[in-house]
Amino acid sequence: MTNINFVVNGIRHQLAVKDNETLLDVLRDRLGLTGAKKGCDIGECGTCTVVVDGEPILSCITLAVEMEGKRITTIEGLAQNGELHPLQKAFHEHGAVQCGFCTPGMIMSGKALLDKNPKPTEQEVRRAISGNSCRCTGYDKPVKAILAAAEAEIQ
Amino acid sequence: MSEFAILGKPTPRVDGIPKVTGKAQYAADLSVAGMLYGEVLRSPYPHARILSIDTSRAERLPGVRGVITGKDFNGFRHGFMAHTRDESPLAPDKVRFIGDEVAAVAAIDPDIAHEAVELIRVEYEQLPAVFDPEEAMQEGAPAIHDHVQRNISAEMHFNFGDVEAAFARADHVREDRFYSQSVLHGFLEPHACIAQYEEPGKITFWGSKQSPYFPYRNLASAFKVPLSNVRVIQPVVGGGFGGKNDTFALDYAAVMLSKKTGHPVKFVYDIEDVLMAGRRRHPMIIYMKTGVKKDGTLLATECRVIADGGAYTAVGPMTIYLAGAFLTLPYKLPNLKYDAWRVYTNKPVSVAQRGHGVPQTRFAADCQLDLIAKDLGLDPVEIRLKNAIEPGHVTVNKIHISSCGLKETINRSTEFVNWKERKQELAKEREKGGRYLRGIGLACNGFMSGARLHGHTACAVVVKVHEDGTVSVLPGATDSGQGAETVLATMAAEVLGITLEDVHVSRVDSFLTPVDPGSYGSRVTSTAGPALLIAVGKCRTQLAEVAAKLLDAPVAEIEFRERKAFVKGDPTKQMPFGKLCRLAYQYGSGQVIIGEGYFGQNVALPNWDTGEGDVANAYTFGTQVAEVEVDRETGQVKLKKMIVAHDLGKMFNPLIVEGQHDGSIYGGMGQALYEECLNEDGLTLNPSILDYKMPTALDMPGVMESINIETNDPLGPFGAKESAEGTQVSTVPAIVNAIYDATGIMFTDLPITPEKVLRALEQKEQGGGPIVPASI
Repeated sequence: MTNINFVVNGIRHQLAVKDNETLLDVLRDRLGLTGAKKGCDIGECGTCTVVVDGEPILSCITLAVEMEGKRITTIEGLAQNGELHPLQKAFHEHGAVQCGFCTPGMIMSGKALLDKNPKPTEQEVRRAISGNSCRCTGYDKPVKAILAAAEAEIQ
Repeated sequence: MSEFAILGKPTPRVDGIPKVTGKAQYAADLSVAGMLYGEVLRSPYPHARILSIDTSRAERLPGVRGVITGKDFNGFRHGFMAHTRDESPLAPDKVRFIGDEVAAVAAIDPDIAHEAVELIRVEYEQLPAVFDPEEAMQEGAPAIHDHVQRNISAEMHFNFGDVEAAFARADHVREDRFYSQSVLHGFLEPHACIAQYEEPGKITFWGSKQSPYFPYRNLASAFKVPLSNVRVIQPVVGGGFGGKNDTFALDYAAVMLSKKTGHPVKFVYDIEDVLMAGRRRHPMIIYMKTGVKKDGTLLATECRVIADGGAYTAVGPMTIYLAGAFLTLPYKLPNLKYDAWRVYTNKPVSVAQRGHGVPQTRFAADCQLDLIAKDLGLDPVEIRLKNAIEPGHVTVNKIHISSCGLKETINRSTEFVNWKERKQELAKEREKGGRYLRGIGLACNGFMSGARLHGHTACAVVVKVHEDGTVSVLPGATDSGQGAETVLATMAAEVLGITLEDVHVSRVDSFLTPVDPGSYGSRVTSTAGPALLIAVGKCRTQLAEVAAKLLDAPVAEIEFRERKAFVKGDPTKQMPFGKLCRLAYQYGSGQVIIGEGYFGQNVALPNWDTGEGDVANAYTFGTQVAEVEVDRETGQVKLKKMIVAHDLGKMFNPLIVEGQHDGSIYGGMGQALYEECLNEDGLTLNPSILDYKMPTALDMPGVMESINIETNDPLGPFGAKESAEGTQVSTVPAIVNAIYDATGIMFTDLPITPEKVLRALEQKEQGGGPIVPASI
């Protein structure tokens, strides 16, 4: 067991974690943040994507012990004071959600993209979510939602 | 102004906000106090007799609370029909594919459960195995189920009209062989459940199920408890596509281990469980012989199908039924002979998948139609328009068509791309040579709107109006992501003149919601929809009666809109809906406003022996036009455009309908170009999402256009029909026909990988004719 200090959605945590415990398991099982999903658990489907110090990372293949001193944002940390984040609003309003299992990961990939590149091209959006699998939507509406969120944030 | 406030408008889904905020609870997100964690042990062999199982070491591992094997189920077997019950929760005596479940454990944490599974010793006697369905049906092939001759799990033989006579008078007859491969459903949420067994015989089950009343019945049978003792509670479902209908090993094992240990037990499969051992679409070898007149009029089809069923029967008889019965849609076909065999092999089990059996034979039929058109010098559009079914048509196997917008879907989709000009333009471009060959193709579909099977098939809904003017809808139907909750909420809101925010749609809880067959065969809008309209109509009548008294007007004059009750033609007489509801509860006897309704499919049952009869109340039709680009250097095919024109009866919500079409394009494109469960000697070689090759956001066409045709079906709710599955039926042949246009090569074996394209292009250059059927 190793003690780690990290911040999740603005809240400081100190936890003793097992050396083989993944960030995803810590978020889901220890902190009760089940928004990040366990689709494949081997870093291939993108449903576990969270943002760590500005980078989108696959929390299922990231060890919790590496999180010392890091700031983590999960899907639960996006809405502020009851207001949906522009990406959440856009996914909802553009019909980018179907079964919803990939949605948290895809929104977090979109969030990391827009934080670095507020005005992405469609191709940049597609590349940013190319690690997020989705069987329901064919990606068209999620791509449009991310572009619309970018537009909304600029205005 | 539209006569509807919500219907037909691009309205966000009612379950959208919980899903974008991460609050939606899927099965794996749930916990129950005191729960244990389960894991299953799978067979490493494709075919073997179980000689003994030693669980003692697993039982002794600290933290293990229970270990079960097939014997714990006392010979219980399940299956789609009484005579096809060939599957056990855990294999008691024999394993029939790599991944077949043989034992399960429950422990205080998932790591201990995993370790315990590895401590179980199974002694096997390996048996000869068979993996190819055509080999499996030969005399002398290894018997996968002892009582079954030649490994035939199910067969169908239909004969309508006189195909021989029709072939004799045909101007042109051709025969081709097609192969549609094994593909996964592709849902990202692996199977998961929690079960709690409490003496005496009460079961509570939370599972990711698109048809939760399947486990409701299966668990009652397996544990010999009354149906009413089984409470199935539906969490949010992370996609189904036909793959979350059945009750699986984890579901039975969770209940059995809970019974043994006295604790709730949770199981969550890995994606590898799903990809290695999970269910998939039936691969089919399809021999297709079709005769036509010189002008392209279809005279007869003789179709022979060998479907690779995998180790168990499951829903397989229905699959090969539909694959044959739907050969008479969407084109007029006066003579049909169909012979299909579903064959056991030592591989994972094949089941229903979006389109259920129909995409496989439609791929063969619609691609062969392009070959026929070429033979006769006809345009692919012309030959389709010539044969297209029209409203009022009755097929040779007695499928009755009411509404049908097929011709309009052909016209609208081809007009959208300027078919003739575009086809010529691309042909000219190809003549110039160059690295890329571009081509255009189309295909059509006909599909059922609301599957009609044997047994209980009605959908039912209860609607409760609360005193504050909000409404609870309790359907038996399930939303597995397709948007059913939103569709039902929209209807309730329209009838009562309230908003979507005022309507809460419950997920299934078998203690509370009415029994339902399940969400398959595009049943929800078309069958749960009319049930909802009856239920909410009863509430409306009760409220109108109260409003009539309060507003001093005849009942027939009361209207509901904008969250108010009005008297027709008198704007001074109105009342807020919430106030009306409150007063209704306090008025007179203090009635409680509840309505209930059911909708049964009022058509004769299809005849399973002859293939005759309706399988649904209504049928949808559609056309897809694909444009592709083939890279001569790499062999890669890129889908550039896909136009979907679909006769959906009535547009409920463009956001949802377009999303469904996009999803069908995605699944169909994956099947046409990328995906396949590669199997060698029973072992799935690509059990990971990367190796399986589900397309990414970068692979999708830039243009996906949705054209929707409203035909107002007489039985559909507000005239609506399905719009979720039919499209996937024609996606594959549209793409394959576009590649045919681009290359002159008809690829008859799916998927069309770069290797196959390069090899076929090379063969063609070495002197193949203009048409080189490319097969493995």
